Amino acid sequence: MELLLDSLFNGVAIGSVLLVAALGLAIVFGLMGVINLAHGELMMLGAYTTYVTQLIFKLPILKSFYNSYIIVSIFLAFIVSGVVGILLEKTIIRKLYGSPLETLLATWGVSLILQQFVRSVPLAYGTGLVISLIIGLFLPATFPPKIKESINFKYFKFSSWILAALTGVLTGSIISSTVSKLSRASARNVDVTAPSWMRGQVEILGTAFPKTRLMIILITIISVIAITLFLNQSAWGMRIRAVTQNRQMSDCLGISTEKVDIITFGIGSGLAGVAGVAVSLLGSVGPNVGGNYIVGCFMVVVLGGVGNLLGTVLASFGIGIMTDLIGAGRLLSIWPDMPLPLSNTINFFATTSMARVMIFALIVIFLQFKPTGLFPQKGRMVEN
Amino acid sequence: MSLGKFKFDKRIVLSFWIILIALIIAAPTLLPVFRLNLLGRYLSLSIVALGVDLIWGYTGLLSLGQGIFFALGGYCAAMYLQITSSSEFPNNIPEFFALYGVEKLPFFWEPFKSPIFTFFAIWIIPALVAGLIGFLVFRNRIKGVYFSILTQASLLVFFNFFNGQQKLINGTNGLKTDVTQLFGQMVGSESMQRIFFWITATLVIASWFFAKWVVRGRFGNILIGIRDDEPRIRFTGYNPVIFKTIVFSIAGGLAGISGALYTVQSGIVSPQFMTVPFSIEMVIWVAVGGRGTLLGAILGAVFINYAKSLVSEALPASWMFIQGGLFILVVTALPEGVLGWIQGDGPRNLLQKLGLKRKIETYPSLEVNNKEVNNE
Repeated sequence: MELLLDSLFNGVAIGSVLLVAALGLAIVFGLMGVINLAHGELMMLGAYTTYVTQLIFKLPILKSFYNSYIIVSIFLAFIVSGVVGILLEKTIIRKLYGSPLETLLATWGVSLILQQFVRSVPLAYGTGLVISLIIGLFLPATFPPKIKESINFKYFKFSSWILAALTGVLTGSIISSTVSKLSRASARNVDVTAPSWMRGQVEILGTAFPKTRLMIILITIISVIAITLFLNQSAWGMRIRAVTQNRQMSDCLGISTEKVDIITFGIGSGLAGVAGVAVSLLGSVGPNVGGNYIVGCFMVVVLGGVGNLLGTVLASFGIGIMTDLIGAGRLLSIWPDMPLPLSNTINFFATTSMARVMIFALIVIFLQFKPTGLFPQKGRMVEN
Repeated sequence: MSLGKFKFDKRIVLSFWIILIALIIAAPTLLPVFRLNLLGRYLSLSIVALGVDLIWGYTGLLSLGQGIFFALGGYCAAMYLQITSSSEFPNNIPEFFALYGVEKLPFFWEPFKSPIFTFFAIWIIPALVAGLIGFLVFRNRIKGVYFSILTQASLLVFFNFFNGQQKLINGTNGLKTDVTQLFGQMVGSESMQRIFFWITATLVIASWFFAKWVVRGRFGNILIGIRDDEPRIRFTGYNPVIFKTIVFSIAGGLAGISGALYTVQSGIVSPQFMTVPFSIEMVIWVAVGGRGTLLGAILGAVFINYAKSLVSEALPASWMFIQGGLFILVVTALPEGVLGWIQGDGPRNLLQKLGLKRKIETYPSLEVNNKEVNNE
């Protein structure tokens, strides 16, 4: 029983990282049919945001709030990745609407650039750049409608970008002069240390659970609930669902699909940032950290089916639990006296990498029976 | 031979081929050994690019897993070389087996003692694997992005498998070929490398003609039909599954040949051939060269790799930026690739924009008809 609980917990922990990472991908894919290969790099940005936040909270002014930095960094990571995602949508993805394969290649290019960016630009100036992006993109939206409608609005926009650039350079240089760790570019991995209240373990029913894992599960639960409420209760959520179901019809009924695309992409990317915070708690953070998760996320999306969050949830927990059962060889300890050939096979797959082999093979077999995933979208189109 | 709308005189075509063949024969004397070896490797990569062009450019299947077949071909060739030159090692098996306490050659390597078997295995095994993966995927009408993701996942499956199996294939370390012997000669030696260069050049030309033959005629038309409107092809009475499977396994076979040639010239095959970035790079060679133009795939593979080695020698950090930018630029601004742009209306439009050529003013419908006539 204890063993089973332990195994279940591990599986849920693996699955919840996958879930929070795949959630954003699933929403974007469901809406636009776009596979965002830069999703892993948006996660990486979230993880680096956690690292930068941690270092800034070590400064004397903020020292007393140090313990709460992880909570702050969840919001910051959402904003940072979301803004980068919005920029990506506005500059590249919008142009490629309707050609998903081209989008896939372009976002791969973006992911290469982002990886090299964190290697060769000091994090302090990276932070400055992100701040100027935030100001430049959102300041014009806060102007009163009188200015927005005026013919000179483009000059206001232009000057707000200049202001944004100045603020960015200023914050970049302030950070780089106060936090020495951020002032130089480095390709080496960095480590995020959890605050003291998150270290250690909690005992439930005689089994010890690491607190960081519980925190990740909590983050995942909150994200899933928040996104479900947003999609099902808010006006924009309704518009997003409408566009997911039928883009042309929604457009005809007066929904601004352009805005829906931006909002969805922003939220999807922001969730990648939140996933980045979770990932940073698990191990060291490097430019390639996103790549380790991205294919797993795709598998979740493929397995779960499009446009249904329940499918995504079930698929990620399914994959998580299977990974743990196969990879740690737990099946053997649960059922010790199984026949020899079977136990040999299980031993053969009882490493993390071989468990991946097994799971992908199982997914391909599963898709033979249900090619469109667990919960397919019903339609009458030939292409569906 | 035709480059876009320009039809060349027979004599020009003949002299082009004579110059090309002369260049290939003379290349070992013109280039230093290091550059010759690089050129040979890039030429072998252009064979896998031809395969990618067949499945992506003509059939519209974006595979992100061509690295599987590339590496399989490489492993077949490398294992044969290791086995034939293992007579002085204990148990007459390749040296690395001793490290993991393996005393007998694993059974599936047994046939690789024969050169004839290996010769066929290099392209038939990857083609069969590709056919199997393709059939399982296409049978369920999985296509578009789903297909790309599944091929990428299979790539990871193979990568993890090859990476983890030390006892069977030497795991992460891969198989070295440059110190092995072939017909009494060192594979890594200069004279051997020269022969490999010639073999590669010949095979590139041969596979170019083969690919041209594949896309010609009704088979090629159906492939293009699948790319442009698959349901319509199905409703017309063709079964797209068969055509897609065949073309996917042809691409797999080409990738296998390419991998074997690349392996003997680079001196090692390892699971690194099955990493995700490498397989996506193959797609970008075709995208830059021009998808749907076979010559573009060859030129793209050679030139981009050449540029990569030049840039990486000078500024190591900037290649990633350049490559990423290239992906975005080609996809957004030059979707037909460089050769596609030249063959299409690109140059004329450019000249018109610069005011050097008068705009043709016709009805749009006439222009469409005009285009069709030109394409024939």
